[in-house]
Amino acid sequence: MTFEGVEASPLLSVRGLSKLFGSFAACDAIDLDIGHGEIHALLGENGAGKSTLVKMLFGVLQPTAGTISWEGRPVVIPSPGEARRLGVGMVFQHFSLFEALTVAENIALSLDPRTPLAKIAEETATVSKAYGLPLDPSAHVADLSVGERQRIEIIRALLQNPKLIILDEPTSVLTPQEAERLFETLMRLKAEGRSVLYISHRLEEVQRICDRATVLRHGKVTGDCDPRKETPASLARMMVGTEVAEVQRADAGAFGDVLVEVAKVSVAPRTPFAVSLKDISLKVRAGEVLAIAGVAGNGQSELFDALSGEYPISDDDGIRLRGKPVGRLRINGRRLLGAGFVPEERHGHAAVSALSLSDNLLLARSRSDKKAFLAGGPLSILRRDAILSASRRICSIMDVRKSGDDPAAGSLSGGNLQKFIVGRELDRQPSVLVVNQPTWGVDAGAASRIRQALVDLAKAGSAVIVISQDLDEIFEIATTIAVISDGKLSDPYPAGELTLEQIGLLMGGIHERHSGVETAHAH
Amino acid sequence: MFEAILLTVITASTPLVVAALGELVSQRSGVLNLGVEGMMIMGAVAAFATAQLTGSPYLGILGGIIGGGLFSLLFGFLTLTLVANQVATGLALTILGLGLSGQIGEAFVGMPGVRLQPLVIPVLSDIPFFGRVLFSQDLIFYMSVALVFGISWFLFKSRTGLKMRAIGDNHGSAHALGINVVRTRYLAVLFGGACAGLAGAQLSLVYTPQWVENMTAGRGWIALALVVFASWRPLRVLAGGYLFGAVGIGQLHAQLLAQSGGIAIPSQLLSALPYAATIVVLIIISHNRRTTLINTPASLGKPFVPDR
Amino acid sequence: MRIELQKRANTSTLFSILSPLLALALTLVAGAIMFGLLGKSPLGALYIYFVEPLLDVWSLHELAIKAAPLILIAVGLSICFRSNNWNIGAEGQFTIGAITGSILPVLNPEWHSPLILPLMLVMGMIGGALYAGIPALLKTRFNTNEILTSLMLVYIAQLFLDWLVRGPWRDPQGYNFPQTKSFQPEAVLPEILDSGRAHLGIIFALIAAVALWFMMRFMLKGFQVSVLGQSERAGRFAGFSARRMVWFSMLLSGALAGLAGISEVSGSIGHVQPVISPGYGFTAIIVAFLGRLNPLGIIASGFVLALTYLGGEAAQLSLSISDKVSRVFQGLILFFVLSCDTLIHYRIRLIFNPSTAQEGKR
Repeated sequence: MTFEGVEASPLLSVRGLSKLFGSFAACDAIDLDIGHGEIHALLGENGAGKSTLVKMLFGVLQPTAGTISWEGRPVVIPSPGEARRLGVGMVFQHFSLFEALTVAENIALSLDPRTPLAKIAEETATVSKAYGLPLDPSAHVADLSVGERQRIEIIRALLQNPKLIILDEPTSVLTPQEAERLFETLMRLKAEGRSVLYISHRLEEVQRICDRATVLRHGKVTGDCDPRKETPASLARMMVGTEVAEVQRADAGAFGDVLVEVAKVSVAPRTPFAVSLKDISLKVRAGEVLAIAGVAGNGQSELFDALSGEYPISDDDGIRLRGKPVGRLRINGRRLLGAGFVPEERHGHAAVSALSLSDNLLLARSRSDKKAFLAGGPLSILRRDAILSASRRICSIMDVRKSGDDPAAGSLSGGNLQKFIVGRELDRQPSVLVVNQPTWGVDAGAASRIRQALVDLAKAGSAVIVISQDLDEIFEIATTIAVISDGKLSDPYPAGELTLEQIGLLMGGIHERHSGVETAHAH
Repeated sequence: MFEAILLTVITASTPLVVAALGELVSQRSGVLNLGVEGMMIMGAVAAFATAQLTGSPYLGILGGIIGGGLFSLLFGFLTLTLVANQVATGLALTILGLGLSGQIGEAFVGMPGVRLQPLVIPVLSDIPFFGRVLFSQDLIFYMSVALVFGISWFLFKSRTGLKMRAIGDNHGSAHALGINVVRTRYLAVLFGGACAGLAGAQLSLVYTPQWVENMTAGRGWIALALVVFASWRPLRVLAGGYLFGAVGIGQLHAQLLAQSGGIAIPSQLLSALPYAATIVVLIIISHNRRTTLINTPASLGKPFVPDR
Repeated sequence: MRIELQKRANTSTLFSILSPLLALALTLVAGAIMFGLLGKSPLGALYIYFVEPLLDVWSLHELAIKAAPLILIAVGLSICFRSNNWNIGAEGQFTIGAITGSILPVLNPEWHSPLILPLMLVMGMIGGALYAGIPALLKTRFNTNEILTSLMLVYIAQLFLDWLVRGPWRDPQGYNFPQTKSFQPEAVLPEILDSGRAHLGIIFALIAAVALWFMMRFMLKGFQVSVLGQSERAGRFAGFSARRMVWFSMLLSGALAGLAGISEVSGSIGHVQPVISPGYGFTAIIVAFLGRLNPLGIIASGFVLALTYLGGEAAQLSLSISDKVSRVFQGLILFFVLSCDTLIHYRIRLIFNPSTAQEGKR
């Protein structure tokens, strides 16, 4: 497929596009040009306005101002259906898939309603073969891995024969090897003359595969460049604005006593959608930061549940905190032994959005700080002033930006709320801290502050477990790295001894230390 | 004797099946409408009034469908447009329906009703036993059977049904795909209301052709339980509806038997049986958490506000 | 035209106060229209319905008598609803409380001890709590939906009461009326003022409301209720047990409904009969929502709903309108409250341009 004759005008041209949510400008007068057969990167931090921009291009959101031109003609894109008719396909970051439906049914939903389901299944098989994306059309989505789910999205977009495919953070859920295969697919699309809008915050990827890059910050365009001619540092500056403080690592080697010990813990899945934990063992010593890498949905939250005691395990000796068996102890019992916990999901797990910050402080510490926060003996009367002043202290130490003295947690940005949630635990100076995805969806400034705080805690003699999907983060703060895959945890490796590639192999489930990782060395 | 009992079971089961089917469609789209009882009684009074005023039971059926449907739009407006809590709004619908129907029906208390006569289907009704049981019934019975198969086909074979299931599974994704969540849910709620209204019409035109205040007597709630019992599948609604209907009729016959045999079983105990049976069935069904989790439409009862 | 909602960053304090008042105003407007349709003078009818009952001492006492069970039940329900436990079977718990509370006077009509009344009240509370314990047990043990089970139990309780007063508890000297003997004087809840019939029930209601307000506002227990109600997962993270909250809220609301039941029977009826409640257990759901699930707000809304009962009776007498109209009013109030509550969390915009291309409109 070629587009000779129209090469003069870009495929897509956006001028002055803005989107206001109330008085907040998520996108502010954005200009963007995408040429035919071009892989165009859209770079920016979380909250820079990338998602809002592509939602407008795909007709999910309506712009407040500005114009969109398609092949030289101005267009209005009122709905995703219209976007598809124009030739825009979209692969969402948070997949817009239906777990209860089959692959073919999922694909059918975005196609011409007159196409019979059997034909769709057939075409799915054809396309999946042609692009090297194996998929069973009759499988239920609930049973598929994250990588397979992404394939559905890509095939769904391809079946509409689009001229432009938008991919929103596609590699954030993939192993390095899966990402490699995705890049091959993208190159094939480019060779066919299709254009790709590639949204990412990973500079290295963008420099490898993209022809042009548009950089967004706070809803505005801060750069339009050829990424191959830039350095990672110059791109980062466009993204972040200022230089982000580099995290000072803890030194490996100088570890103290074992503070957390997990011995051969297996946990059956609690719900039909959960992963079972299989024979998990780990040890974390004072001063150590153990990072657990892995692709989402491989047992991370189940491991967190077991470690935190939100769902205690049956074997009391399976988990030891500072030498004491705690397997059957609940979360507050473990907190009383000096442990602190930061779950992945901020809203509705680590915090209650509608409650104030001080209430959310009490949420994690009503038992451990009973003396300070409660009065009246069995009546358990709340000491509001004590709670409020502790909450203020945390906000000032962690630099939590908020409107008002004690606003609802839901009114804070992701980064600020996360700083508060982490600060809430650090304030207790826990001897053990377990954190799940500490900087997921958090801006670079807050992320760097949180990472530094975790490293400092370890330096001060605590044991820290960080469960994270973000490999950059892991290399930045970990002293020891293990990988979780399908509910199994690999052996731990000192951070300095592992390469990205080796972690990738472990993520793919290759566990034998002497086969998998050694082979990787041979490269 | 057996045939007579079977006929009464069918009459008692039809309203349960019809109301539950409507609620099933509504819940498949992700809307939990607890106002079935209210929509049903509004349908009952509307059907009775229409039949009284026009003399035609068929217009009465239409009146019941329209009455229940219009009433459900009130629920739709609150929960879909104003995003009010679905549980509370459903209760409000039931309370208002019981009050309003009492007010409207005041004029009709004690009047003899217009009974919907059976439609005997030629030839088929001559089949021994089955002919009389299945092909000499009233229109609402035929409609209930048609609804079971029609809804099965709609949900699992049609593209609109697929969209509806998609919305019930994940309304955010459905919206992102460009499916109109709110409009589809309005239609599902409206359909649920129309079915509840039809079920109410069956009560006031067939089951007991007269107007009695609160004549639904909890059938709307039993229909709700039936949807859970059927794990959101139309054919199982049919089976479950007849099971519940049989319990209701069984207790009536037990009362007669006990009386004639001189055994003193309190009538209240037998009257409580359908409600007790509902509880028992709910326990058995929900006991297996896993199957409930898999079958329940994932976005059921959750509020949806489209961002744009 | 279409309506668009925009989420507020913080809930609006102004509208949390204004919403119930706005709802009442809308109910009055709807009521005026309804009276107009019935061929009555709208303002005159509203006056008879909502103002006249407030003008003499006798009806003020009646107001307190009717508000008492509504407030007692509703404050219990507010704890349930806030913790996301949907007990809608308070009518049944009320009935069972009335029955268990009446065991002593019915079976021992000759027992003239000052102990009898406190014992009756305690037994009424225990009965109501145990009956609410059934849906709690089924929810915690079998994961059974409490909405349906608690409601089914209402029908069963009412049939049980019917059987009792027509069977074993019937007064043999009662001219075949299905009711028990009148309670002995020691078993009757005392009146609080000489001027009328209002009994201790309203005092119980006020004490319960203030106590639960204190709990919700100042105690860790109240904090647990709101956390678990908004997010069970966050509650688990805090170390609060959702299962125990099911028990706590259901038993508490059951006990209060039971207390309301025995107070009603002992205070205003004086014996047990087949029908002892004009639907207090269901009306209390409206009371709870109109009071914005706040125990102090519920005191006010309890009186408002009590007024709809009295107004209904007055309208029946002076306007010859059926007393069903009070049920209609109650339903309307709940509808308008739920609609107006949207304003607390969302800004509402009306959009008039009929842009045909936009999807998602209704």
